Amino acid sequence: MEWETVIGLEIHAQLSTRSKIFSGASTAYGAEPNTQACAVDLGLPGVLPVLNEKAVAMAVKLGLAIDAEITPRSVFARKNYFYPDLPKGYQISQYELPVVGRGHLEIELEDGETKTIGVTRAHLEEDAGKSLHEDFHGMTGIDLNRAGTPLLEIVSEPDMRSPREAVAYMKKMHSLVRYLGICDGNMQEGSFRCDANVSVRRRGTEKFGTRTEIKNLNSFRFLEKAIEFEVERQIDVLEGGGAVVQETRLFDPDKGETRSMRSKEEANDYRYFPDPDLLPLDIDSTFIEQIRAELPELPDEKKNRFKTHYGLSAYDAATLTTSREMADYFEAVVEQADAGQAKMAANWVMGELSGALNREGREIGDSPVSAQALGGLLARIQDNTISGKIAKEVFEAMWAGEGDADTVIEAKGLKQITDTGAIEQVIDQVIADNPKQLEQYRSGKDKLFGFFVGQVMKQTGGKANPAQVNELLKKKL
Amino acid sequence: MSLSLDEVRKIAHLARLSVQEEDLQGYARNLSDILDLVQQMEGVDTQGVTPMAHPLDASQRLRADEPTETDQRDHFQGNAPAVESGLYLVPKVIE
Amino acid sequence: MHEKSIAELATALKDGEVSSVELTAHYLRRIETLDDAINAYVTVTGEQAMEAAKAADEARAQGNAGPLTGVPIAHKDIFCTEGTRTSCGSKMLDNFIAPYDATVVARFKAAGCPILGKTNMDEFAMGSSNETSYYGPVKNPWDTERVPGGSSGGSAAVVAGRLAPGATGTDTGGSIRQPAALNGVTGIKPTYGRVSRWGMIAFASSLDQGGPMARTAEDCALMLNVMAGFDQRDSTSIQRPDEDFTKRLNTPVKGLRIGLPKQFFGEGMDAGVARVVDEAIAHYKGLGAEFVEVDLPHSDLSVAAYYVVAPAECSSNLARFDGVRYGYRCEDPKDLLDLYMRSRGEGFGPEVKRRIMVGTYALSAGYFDAYYLKAQKIRRLIAEDFATAFKDVDVILGPTAPSTAFRLGEKTDDPVTMYLSDTYTIAVNLAGLPAMSLPAGFSDGLPVGLQLIGNYFEEARLLGVAHQYQLGTEWCRMAPGGFE
Repeated sequence: MEWETVIGLEIHAQLSTRSKIFSGASTAYGAEPNTQACAVDLGLPGVLPVLNEKAVAMAVKLGLAIDAEITPRSVFARKNYFYPDLPKGYQISQYELPVVGRGHLEIELEDGETKTIGVTRAHLEEDAGKSLHEDFHGMTGIDLNRAGTPLLEIVSEPDMRSPREAVAYMKKMHSLVRYLGICDGNMQEGSFRCDANVSVRRRGTEKFGTRTEIKNLNSFRFLEKAIEFEVERQIDVLEGGGAVVQETRLFDPDKGETRSMRSKEEANDYRYFPDPDLLPLDIDSTFIEQIRAELPELPDEKKNRFKTHYGLSAYDAATLTTSREMADYFEAVVEQADAGQAKMAANWVMGELSGALNREGREIGDSPVSAQALGGLLARIQDNTISGKIAKEVFEAMWAGEGDADTVIEAKGLKQITDTGAIEQVIDQVIADNPKQLEQYRSGKDKLFGFFVGQVMKQTGGKANPAQVNELLKKKL
Repeated sequence: MSLSLDEVRKIAHLARLSVQEEDLQGYARNLSDILDLVQQMEGVDTQGVTPMAHPLDASQRLRADEPTETDQRDHFQGNAPAVESGLYLVPKVIE
Repeated sequence: MHEKSIAELATALKDGEVSSVELTAHYLRRIETLDDAINAYVTVTGEQAMEAAKAADEARAQGNAGPLTGVPIAHKDIFCTEGTRTSCGSKMLDNFIAPYDATVVARFKAAGCPILGKTNMDEFAMGSSNETSYYGPVKNPWDTERVPGGSSGGSAAVVAGRLAPGATGTDTGGSIRQPAALNGVTGIKPTYGRVSRWGMIAFASSLDQGGPMARTAEDCALMLNVMAGFDQRDSTSIQRPDEDFTKRLNTPVKGLRIGLPKQFFGEGMDAGVARVVDEAIAHYKGLGAEFVEVDLPHSDLSVAAYYVVAPAECSSNLARFDGVRYGYRCEDPKDLLDLYMRSRGEGFGPEVKRRIMVGTYALSAGYFDAYYLKAQKIRRLIAEDFATAFKDVDVILGPTAPSTAFRLGEKTDDPVTMYLSDTYTIAVNLAGLPAMSLPAGFSDGLPVGLQLIGNYFEEARLLGVAHQYQLGTEWCRMAPGGFE
């Protein structure tokens, strides 16, 4: 209880440009090793970098979304170190003058409160390649396809005080970059990952404790687990009378532990200096305004609109706006169904649809039931063609690829029976078949009403309009 | 300005250059001489002077985001000392 | 044929007096017989040259010839040439077959100039005597006991020895001008950004600039017309309309205001060099030019600032040579660190290692401000000195090098003394200005170079001022004994 955790995150978001930040090589994921590493990416003698305009625009977009200052003249610098996945022996990054200055992001805490997390800066840099440690006769293989992929490194202030807050911040940033369309957010492929700077201090003290940096966390769960472990470890060290060593650590997800990365420890003297192959990056207000005009509705704005416009609860609005894809999907459903059915649409998107997606590990973008199709189904509930219960059956069939709602309803004969005569006929038959129950009911056993409803529904295969069945049964009994 | 052998060893390591023990003394002398030459700058008043990183007062030109490069792996790997399955090979990297 | 200038050869080719095949074969024969004495070529590409010559003749026959179609040239081995070893004078790249063409090379190919071969140079262009080359020193054709200067010593020597009508060079601190001076040829370092650096192996990116070396200013102008121009692959390439660098060759120098920096005429200059420069001044006076003294108060600091900036950039630029993707790799590395340390330790020569270490030191934690930042500030002061001077004068004139060619081995043990051979040329690179060297006479039988410095983008004016001098003097037409 007496320890306070202090966390700052450095998020690396791969920008979803088509070509690399300083070369014309493709950034497509999953190509054969080194087939997307051009002369510039390989650092061949004599090659030179030229900056990708889209990468700059994307950085500015994020800057505007977090209300940050855009640096009018930023500078690219070289960070010098030797590593086999770093072909030039230096990484082109930004050091003293990053493209995005100080900004902030609001996160929601579990108790419903919000907290503002400061963003120190965001800078453009190039990604490194990959080392493959499978055994090549005791050697390591180097694939440089990823080398030169644009990264936006978003550095937060040490404003988070628990692993949960760190996760909330990372999730919020994840949602934001996807809203902005600047990063695909694919964490398994490493498109969105972070380093966590973690320290602890006695509650009430102002001075930060010595921090460690946990590298390369590529899931929200790993982030949470890694920080939890690291906090415990640091407290143990301090309570045992020891001192935390400032170092880089790696999280082992199998063991749930962090361990020291000694290989990266020695003399981190990066010798930053302005890259003489690149000139200062000037960003004028015309460029900024052009990008501002392209900004989409941001998550917080959308959430508020969902509450006021659709009358959704805070919880529903927040859930539906977690990702732009889900929010867009929801709105398309509502448009197809009926503007008055927003609550029902919300329930279906968050319920049946999300459930089915989760079961199959699919993204909403490749749902077999499109928003239009789901809207069509909800419209059939609305116009009494089917009941809500039958609709679930129809949905399953649509998910299995059996066609749109109308096709399934038609093919399976699920259309609701609303013809009074037809329902009366069934009721008469049910009454005739169950004289004993009729007698009991008439002698005061009211509970048996449900039995008769059940029988009628059974006879009609669930298709009879429940309201009409109730009404007619009461009359007949 | 005189660099010690240890300092030369440290710099050589940072620059990833193996230097034979018997050559260290010579490098220490040469590097110290060069730093002495450079030392001339010390006396100059440069207060308020903006550092000049580049001879041209221009700004960075931007490139359209278009993939323009084609796969030249085999062509490029013709120069590689060790490759397998399209990968460049190096002695085992321990993280 | 080899006594003709590029301009004369262009006319002879146009008039059908000679074919490119004949001309190229003639030069290849000269190289075959004469290059052993001076070691100026590291690679001769005879076959490709002959093929290109044939293609040039065919192009001409079809009426598709440009101004230099068919004129063979040589490239400094710092320019990548696809399919040919590009060594940069280093063991590190002794096995490197460039997989692409430098922009400069591609432009000369497109202009129809056959490539005779690649010229020797100081390792990674670091040197002022050509003695740091892995392939052994180039010898000065005027006296083979002496150095040709550096780092473009091979290019200067092939032009002086008539083993190529013209050659490309690069100039980071004087590497075109100083060897041009020591070999009695003409060479120009253009304004930074004029000539694309794409495919030109980097030494110090903010200082490096490619340029032509030939016998006359007119030839340099013709070559520069091919070399210069905007290149989208180089972020530091200047976006300006293409220019005809011959356009001011015939502009008289009458009334031209020429500045003489007092700092270039102090102690340290050989008497023989001083005499030749004085004679050149007299010649220009005779042509009607006016001379005024100018002050470049910070130019004395240029060597000091340069030996921070250039090594700092080189320490980073040369980090890519790590034995992983190309170039030299040590035998049986025991681990990754060993691979790096020995590949680089064995692949680079001592001067390259010295500069990498100086640069590493200057950029390292705790020294950055005192060295790198300080040097960048002095760099600004030097550039401002020139800006002030050019308010008053059209061009600046002085010696190119403080002495004539020195003896092989004379300065190899003392890097600092060697560095001072570039004392008059370095300031220009720090400022990014254009400057050239032209032969102006002899001292004890060795050529002396005259340096002309211009304001930004004034190459055409410089070449014109030089051409006017060359019209009235014979120095640029003299050939060393044995190479006539």
